[in-house]
Amino acid sequence: MSTRLASGGRFLNRDRAVEFRFNGKRLAGYEGDTLASALLANDQMMIGRSFKYHRPRGVVASGAEEPNGLVNLGEGARFEPNQRVTTTELFDGLQATSQNHWPSLEFDVGALNTHLARFLPAGFYYKMFMYPRAFWKHIYEPFIRMSAGLGKAPKERDADTYEHFHAFADVLVIGGGIAGLTAALEAGKSGARVIVLEQTAHWGGRALVDAPGIGGKPAADWVKNAVQDLEKMDNVTIRTRTMGAGVYDHGYALGYERLTDHQPEVSGPRHRLWRIRARQIITATGAIERPLSFAGNDLPGVVLASAVRDYAVNFGVSVGDRTVVVTNNDDAYRTALALRDAGLVVPAIIDARTQASGPLPEQARAAGIRVLTGMGVAKVKGSRRVTGVAVCAQAGEGAVLEEIGCDCVAMSGGWSPVVHLWSHCGGKLTWDADQAMFRPDAARAPTGADAQPFVIAAGTANGHLRTAEVIADATEAGRAAARAVGGRVRATRAVAATDEDEAAMAPVWLMPQGAGIALRMKAWLDYQNDVKVSDVQLAAREGYESVEHAKRYTTLGMATDQGKLSNINGLAVLSQALNAEIPQVGITTFRPPYTPISMGAITGAARGALFQPVRQTPIHGWHIDNGADFEPVGQWRRPFAFPRAGETVHDAVTREILNTRSNVGLLDASTLGKLIVKGPDAGHFLDMLYTNVMSTLAVGKCRYGLMCSENGFLIDDGVVARIDDDTWLCHTTTGGAERIHGHMEDWLQCEWWDWQVYVANVTEQFAQIAVVGPNARKVLEKLGGMDVSKQTLPFMQWADGTLAGIPARVFRISFSGELSYEVAVPASQGRAFWDAALEAGAEFGIMPYGTEGLHVLRAEKGFIMIGDETDGTVIPQDLGLGWAISKKKSDYLGKRGQERSHMADPNRWKLVGLETLDGSVIEDGAYAIGEGVNDNGQRNTVGRVTSTYFSPTLGRGIAMGLVLHGPDRMGEVITLTRTGGGSVQARIVDPVFYDKAGEKQDV
Amino acid sequence: MSEPVSALMGRVAAGAVTVRDEGLAGMITLRGDLATAKLRTACKHATGLALPAPGKITGNAAKGLAWMSPDELLVLVPHAGAGAVADQMAQTLAGTHHLAANVSDARALISVAGPHAREVLAKVSPVDMHPGSFAAGDFRRSRIGQVAGAFWIDADEVIRVICFRSQADYVFTLLAKSAEDGAVGFLG
Repeated sequence: MSTRLASGGRFLNRDRAVEFRFNGKRLAGYEGDTLASALLANDQMMIGRSFKYHRPRGVVASGAEEPNGLVNLGEGARFEPNQRVTTTELFDGLQATSQNHWPSLEFDVGALNTHLARFLPAGFYYKMFMYPRAFWKHIYEPFIRMSAGLGKAPKERDADTYEHFHAFADVLVIGGGIAGLTAALEAGKSGARVIVLEQTAHWGGRALVDAPGIGGKPAADWVKNAVQDLEKMDNVTIRTRTMGAGVYDHGYALGYERLTDHQPEVSGPRHRLWRIRARQIITATGAIERPLSFAGNDLPGVVLASAVRDYAVNFGVSVGDRTVVVTNNDDAYRTALALRDAGLVVPAIIDARTQASGPLPEQARAAGIRVLTGMGVAKVKGSRRVTGVAVCAQAGEGAVLEEIGCDCVAMSGGWSPVVHLWSHCGGKLTWDADQAMFRPDAARAPTGADAQPFVIAAGTANGHLRTAEVIADATEAGRAAARAVGGRVRATRAVAATDEDEAAMAPVWLMPQGAGIALRMKAWLDYQNDVKVSDVQLAAREGYESVEHAKRYTTLGMATDQGKLSNINGLAVLSQALNAEIPQVGITTFRPPYTPISMGAITGAARGALFQPVRQTPIHGWHIDNGADFEPVGQWRRPFAFPRAGETVHDAVTREILNTRSNVGLLDASTLGKLIVKGPDAGHFLDMLYTNVMSTLAVGKCRYGLMCSENGFLIDDGVVARIDDDTWLCHTTTGGAERIHGHMEDWLQCEWWDWQVYVANVTEQFAQIAVVGPNARKVLEKLGGMDVSKQTLPFMQWADGTLAGIPARVFRISFSGELSYEVAVPASQGRAFWDAALEAGAEFGIMPYGTEGLHVLRAEKGFIMIGDETDGTVIPQDLGLGWAISKKKSDYLGKRGQERSHMADPNRWKLVGLETLDGSVIEDGAYAIGEGVNDNGQRNTVGRVTSTYFSPTLGRGIAMGLVLHGPDRMGEVITLTRTGGGSVQARIVDPVFYDKAGEKQDV
Repeated sequence: MSEPVSALMGRVAAGAVTVRDEGLAGMITLRGDLATAKLRTACKHATGLALPAPGKITGNAAKGLAWMSPDELLVLVPHAGAGAVADQMAQTLAGTHHLAANVSDARALISVAGPHAREVLAKVSPVDMHPGSFAAGDFRRSRIGQVAGAFWIDADEVIRVICFRSQADYVFTLLAKSAEDGAVGFLG
């Protein structure tokens, strides 16, 4: 059984007991424990069930690579699934529940899947669920959905807060082991700005467990000094609990800092996402031990050898009383020796190599530990936890030579450098056959914008497993980075380091090497996704030669751990099955993040009120206070209508429109784009941008204009006012202000760079308020300050003056067909003008109206709306706007496009008005039905509706639409679709439904 | 006649770092050839200041010149006279290609002051806020969260942020939230 040892555990504070719950059970641990070590200390070997076969699973590792130990953590608004027990620090009151089982961890119905294993081979999704087709929706998918998935999705809104932080550094060091610290010291000494990130709570990495000598001192002392030295440097920032999550182009890297996961009582952000720009990045990310592939290697109690000694040394926890070590290298002997030192029993070390004679094996033998060479594990005994191992010859097929009773198996298949961060941005790998590992190829490093390398791998992450090599390599990495950023480097000798000599390891990809199918079906590669040696071999037989295809077919390495333990073993099995060399088969792509980071950290502050910026006009507060029903328009929120007590929104729209037609309405049009275009070439420039002529517009006058893309499609419209000799003011649509500003700058900067034109976006400088309706002039006259009579200020002119004591520019333009003034006042006085207009207009029946009223008013007049009548495929000629296209101009943007045969085709659908015969409102987006069907068996269409409303003015439905030969078919009745079947008949009419002569707006 | 009001109406979020609406400020977008004597003269008349180098600001919020692009300056003057100053600059520049537009009301000015003010900005803007990279006299056009903004820092370590008026509520709320979430401990 796993238990807490009487002594040991350098991370523990044994004076502070901590209480936590697992599946409701009250358990005790110490401050300094991880959830994994605390569970093991309580003999909680089984932690969850596997994904596919629901096999019992316990921890296999002690760090970020853990595939099995995933739990639901927390409750309610702090619930989070799939949290790794090995990286979860214990705190008082922690609550965890196990995942992926029903009804309980101990008794799980899904475990039956393990007996169905031969019906659930690699790619079973693709094979089993194809036929009959109807079964997918009603039988297969519900079944898969019920049994698939690990943790539960959170149901409540996250109670915590998160933030981003942008940091800049000359040198970013990822990893706080001895390599990272060494490199950081070197870079720091050069004066460079350095950031060091360590994902765990502790500096020093594995060196503190394996305890080599560094600089003539025990590793622990050297690490302590190194950290102190770094803390003293003003140019160095060091952070624990911060994982280097990803490396991207141009020296961009992400750090994932976990601030309060281990101390939830502390206020402040839970996670911080560091968005770092570094000139050089050193990846000192260490290595991960590989499992060995033998039958039953997934049973709780089979643990990586390094993890077994981590638990003993760091947490004072024994995974078992009797531990059999299975290895192909000398390093795992350290586990046997550490356990022996802790007073535990090691019945045997099973070494797959035919010889083991280095200093570490000799020490083990001297300690009286039995060493079996040339041997392997035929199978692990036990059902829910290890009870023993069956020993066989590694060279054979698994004939059992003896059985050894034990409750823990410590396995080591060698080490794989953590090359993820090196690889994220294109760093390439080379296969080191001697150490059986992929390691970074320094000649093919990730390169920056200057084509120079910006990532340097250091220490174990660079394939160096011996301490002296690690220190020497990291020293040079630190100096190289410092030199690359222009730091001064003094070449002194690297710090000396000592550890036990190690003999060569021997690659072992299957144990025993001749294992039959029965054993291979129990030899796990990917624990979390339940992929076995037999699955990868089957994929190879079925023709999956590419490692990327085999990965997706078998799901090897596709779980939340992204195959940290399984990838190398899996591709080695694949390469053997394909009879190819490992480097020829290659490796799957490493993608950020290194381990999953929280959605909260990605989101940062962008939630709730800060989720999306909402642009507000100077009158926004009044709209809120007066119950506006808002709609999004671009990034703005504009009032759709102002419902009064007892009114529906539709009632309000009707009232607002009728009042505007009969009395006077007030519209907040501040969002309208306003671009000043000025310069000697401004007139010429606008003649090129608009389809009509703007250069001839007289000062003081306004003209409606259309803007097209190069291809001729209508992109924006609005009224242009000539301000003075070389200045025009161009109004754009609300959503078009920034886009059209960019469009203008694009042409000025990239194409017509020698034209003397400046553009300024002054949209927000002004509050623009439309006073609309027969009584509009009376309201302005009452506000007083300037002459707004027809004689002084006729239709389509503008004037500067003062209204209600506020400086105002008044445009006599109309988007409603009524007498209308658009009054632009400084934004800082916009609200004051609005209030004054409401007060002055009270006696004339003034009422504000919203965007829906605006839309209906313009539709009654047959005015087009960008985004309704246009959708990126419509040209002005389609909309009967030929009158706004100059025939005299030699060129304008879109002219050539509009002359193309398809654009000039008389069969293009053209704008008409539509009136239903029964007065009903046509559905938005309805199609006009033509004769026959198309090649897909769908009914042919001869038109579509672009705008459709109930017109309060006319008391019936009105619509505009694009119809084949529409303008030539006035009076004809066409049939339009309805959703859910049926149709409606409508007559083709002129699109101007109201005041066709335009007399009302010109009074 | 009504008194002009700023978008944030004097809002303050007090704390270790205080975020404060600085009220109305006069701002003029000036575009032209920055190398000409005429433009330098116009700026001198308006503010009494020399032209800033790229990425820099001279003066302060009351009288200042900020470099916006190779052919654009932001002229900072008191709000009340901004329109007149813009007209005056246009007169000085008459005959040369230029644009002087009063944009005072299109903007909001927010100050961020306190021990970790630099870090409050670093949370929301991809700018190197290290004192060695960003000091008094430096001026940055960048992002504030999801929107455009510009800012500078004075000798007293007070940061002034300019954003669009319509987004003032978003920017203020974001800065206040960043301030409230506390120091990072990275920039001293």
